[in-house]
Amino acid sequence: MREILERYPPDRSSLLDILHDFQDADPENHLSTAVLRAAAQYVGVSLSEVLSTATFYSMFSLVPRGHHIIRVCESPPCQLMGGTNILSALSSLLGVKPGETTNDGAFTLETTSCLGVCGVAPAMMIDDELYGNLTSDRLQSIIARVRRDDATG
Amino acid sequence: MQLARAHVLVEINDESLLAGAEKVLAALEKAVESHGLAGEVRIVETGDLGASGTGVILAVHPDGVIYAGVTVEDVDEIVEEHLLKGRFVERLRAPTSPPLATGLVRDQARIVLENCGRIDPESLEEAIAGGAYEALATIAEQSLRPEDVLKTVKSSGLRGRGGAGFPTGLKWSFTASGEEKYIVCNADEGEPGTFKDRLILEGDPHRLIEGMILAGYAVGAGQGYIYIRGEYALSIRRIQIAIDQARGAGLLGPDILGTGFGFDIDVKKGAGAYVCGEETALIESMEGKRGNPRLKPPYPGAVGLWDKPTVVNNVETLANVPPIIARGADWFRTFGTPSCPGTKVYTILGHAANPGLIEVEMGTTLRSIVFDYGGGLKNGKSFKAALIGGAAGAFVGIDGLDVKMDFDNLKEYAAVLGSGAILVMDETVSIVKVLQGILHFFRHESCGQCAPCRLGTAQMCEIADRIASGTGSDKDVDLLREIAEVMRETSLCPLGQSPILPIETALDRFGDEFVTGSAGAGAASTAK
Repeated sequence: MREILERYPPDRSSLLDILHDFQDADPENHLSTAVLRAAAQYVGVSLSEVLSTATFYSMFSLVPRGHHIIRVCESPPCQLMGGTNILSALSSLLGVKPGETTNDGAFTLETTSCLGVCGVAPAMMIDDELYGNLTSDRLQSIIARVRRDDATG
Repeated sequence: MQLARAHVLVEINDESLLAGAEKVLAALEKAVESHGLAGEVRIVETGDLGASGTGVILAVHPDGVIYAGVTVEDVDEIVEEHLLKGRFVERLRAPTSPPLATGLVRDQARIVLENCGRIDPESLEEAIAGGAYEALATIAEQSLRPEDVLKTVKSSGLRGRGGAGFPTGLKWSFTASGEEKYIVCNADEGEPGTFKDRLILEGDPHRLIEGMILAGYAVGAGQGYIYIRGEYALSIRRIQIAIDQARGAGLLGPDILGTGFGFDIDVKKGAGAYVCGEETALIESMEGKRGNPRLKPPYPGAVGLWDKPTVVNNVETLANVPPIIARGADWFRTFGTPSCPGTKVYTILGHAANPGLIEVEMGTTLRSIVFDYGGGLKNGKSFKAALIGGAAGAFVGIDGLDVKMDFDNLKEYAAVLGSGAILVMDETVSIVKVLQGILHFFRHESCGQCAPCRLGTAQMCEIADRIASGTGSDKDVDLLREIAEVMRETSLCPLGQSPILPIETALDRFGDEFVTGSAGAGAASTAK
């Protein structure tokens, strides 16, 4: 924990950078109370201030999430090109609603505002990977591939 | 730089990566090597070449041939035929009518994007060969004073490209005096349908750095920050590389080019909040707080980052500054319209046949953008409407196709240039459904700080849901407009003041779709 904190000056302005790094380092893709408390102490503000800041931003999660985070773009350009159907197809494919994690802990399904790849709408991100021109068929093969890659390590 | 007989530019951005650009690049490097061309042919990773949705794109110079939809299997043929034998691979050449080769790239007036797609964005040498830091050298050579730079920017008539169109020179001149000042580049591009800033960041990062140095010099700021969306991983990487290169070359740091002026830049990463595109929310976020907008005035020019005078400019605005200083205000004024000189970068998306990024002169009509550059509509469908300027933008119908697009003309037509996103919609689209999507977006992105926006966006969603499901009443339509009007008058920041525009333009221009209780409401499918 110290190592992450000390990458940045002990100053309120470092808070978002610190939270990003903590979350990236967490196998469950979230910010635990312990790290929030450590961050609060390090930058010199109260825990509630840190909580209020962390919950403001959609990229931060206070609850444990799956191994992979799927973010489906729900901005108007993607909706126009069938994004709403993609979200419901993905939802039934994984058996979870947006915001939920699959039972095996592999995927958390989320929605996001514009990903800025509107030329290939509808689009989504799995972790840092972008996927565009989505169709229900492509979704199935993408998810199958991610699962396969996980299984083979 | 080693001289090469030919350059092959490979477009590397998020979209081409999706299409397998990395594999094509690797195959190309291998094929060039195995054909013994390594010393003669230089392969360059580059930013946007001006068309998206057409797969992996390569440009071969000096021939100026563009290949689209290139796969790993095509690579050997391109190397053997074109690079070895000099015969173009016709089957892969980008189509010559409207899109790439003749239209999309060649007819554009490129100022901001002039080097995007021509240089390796990770090479300082190539950026300099393309004219980067020329303006800075001009200042050093001619001993231009900060007030000279400010005067040139003022007389160029450059207006902010982030959406509002406020004169840039004037904004700079409003910066209060003080020991410590900051230049902040707003790269929190979140307006739905907008990705122009990302492609500038990825394609020509040194242009932005130079623009920020010039801004710093003009207003007397010694430190700059670039606030980038957390989702823009490649942009963050590229700009950081460019900053390190500029530092290494003495273009950032104390005493730049012997001028005695010192300036440095750091990157700040956002964490997912649309409202942080608003300048005071962005400043709050940079300070490590919730992105709640501040009450204005005071404006950032007086009380900004850490309460110091701060200039906040959009990426595209700052990218316009170096050529203005290097080539002069009069040169800049030869582009565009008298009240809005220069060019505008647009993203064309939705049902356009050729979605992508273009830069054209201010005053270009929507018709030309959609039909000449965008190639008309997909699948032979007809044009119904365009949403200009993102979610906070305006619906424009067929009667608006010939409006000359600049800040002032669009205002007269009750529309805005906004972020430059142009969402093209064909005849099958339900305006009700699109508006419903926009209102849900605003509800999600409202920061919740002020009541009119927090409550208003929620109310509007409920109403839009009723109308879209066919259970709304005429009263609902009136109420929608009324709430939006109240929000415009009473909300703290532009987010809450924005929904009136899409609502009003949807109701005024496509009112017959909002006839409630009939099959008309939301009847047309938004899906393909």
